[in-house]
Amino acid sequence: MGYFEIIISTIFVNNILLAQFLGNCPFLGTSKKMETAVGMSFAVVFVLVLAGVITWMIYYFILAPAGLVYLRTIAFILVIASLVQFVEMFLKKSIPALYAGLGIFLPLITTNCAVMGACVLNVDQELNFMQSLVASFGYAVGFGVALILFAGIRERIMLARVPKPLQDTSIGLVTAGIISLSFYAFKGMV
Amino acid sequence: MAKSFTQEFVKGLWEEIPPFRLVLGLCPVLGVTTTMENGIGMGLATTFVLLCSNVLVSLLRNIIPSKVRIACFIIIIATFVIVVELLMQAYTYPLFLKLGVFIPLIVVNCVVLGRAEAFASKNSLLPSIADGLGIGIGFTLSLAALGALREILGTGTFYGAMVFGPFFKPFTFMVQAPGAFVCLGLMLCVMNLFGSK
Repeated sequence: MGYFEIIISTIFVNNILLAQFLGNCPFLGTSKKMETAVGMSFAVVFVLVLAGVITWMIYYFILAPAGLVYLRTIAFILVIASLVQFVEMFLKKSIPALYAGLGIFLPLITTNCAVMGACVLNVDQELNFMQSLVASFGYAVGFGVALILFAGIRERIMLARVPKPLQDTSIGLVTAGIISLSFYAFKGMV
Repeated sequence: MAKSFTQEFVKGLWEEIPPFRLVLGLCPVLGVTTTMENGIGMGLATTFVLLCSNVLVSLLRNIIPSKVRIACFIIIIATFVIVVELLMQAYTYPLFLKLGVFIPLIVVNCVVLGRAEAFASKNSLLPSIADGLGIGIGFTLSLAALGALREILGTGTFYGAMVFGPFFKPFTFMVQAPGAFVCLGLMLCVMNLFGSK
């Protein structure tokens, strides 16, 4: 697969939120305001690319040669959790402005299944190093695009009169379904 | 705190049933419920992890230092997820293939971590078992219900058996990605309608 195809495929066709159903908790949780959605999107791009690269190296340089492939799950989650912690400390010390923007979203990323899911998918599809770097970036951008689109629509829904039982999460899910339907138009492109 | 075993158990079946009352752990709910069988399989796998992690967290709750508790919980959960992964690979291989990436992802299922943090780390063994079983079975029931609904409308079958006869035209929409969101959204709406009495 070429890099361009991977980018198109991961951002649009196999969008991690709308087609693969990964990372739906932050999708519904942080999409009520545009600011939080943008913050979360950038935090995810940052962490997912790093996590994708590091878990790939751990899998192929440590787990696979040692025959410990079945420990993948525990190894990946530990890497992601410590990576998030490390990134948080690093940003706090060296780039305080960025930390102020992303700060509160970073700890949430540990339990964001989009990050873990993308790492597992990269390894499952047996991508090489550059491919999984590009794919991780694509998944993260896809996450951001979907989240920011969704937040924009949700801000408008706040102003509308929604029947009481449908309010909040319920109408959110139906909206997500319609966005997902529009992403379906990209099916068959790659 | 002095609730009985049954009360803790029943709470998971209606009062706090995930993912409707606690809107957590949505990814497997949306991802695997194309058929009822997948839903039940995923639910049982999650229940197993939830029960085991609740037991272990509750037993170790006085030993784990509170500063690193989340990391400890994650390691405990990840261990049981690997157990489930290997068991399913050995005994239910076709189901394992269908659930795919969602089995390792039980480790980041917020329901499991949420119960460890909110319940098992503060309660003794018996209530934790009740809580784990209750929430787990509640989760399985929700997945099965959503799976059944999507399967009946989307492919016209119920647990693999034909429901409507050969002239039924299935709504393929329901088994595809957008249908999952819309279906869950509408089920949540119905739950709110009955719950808000």
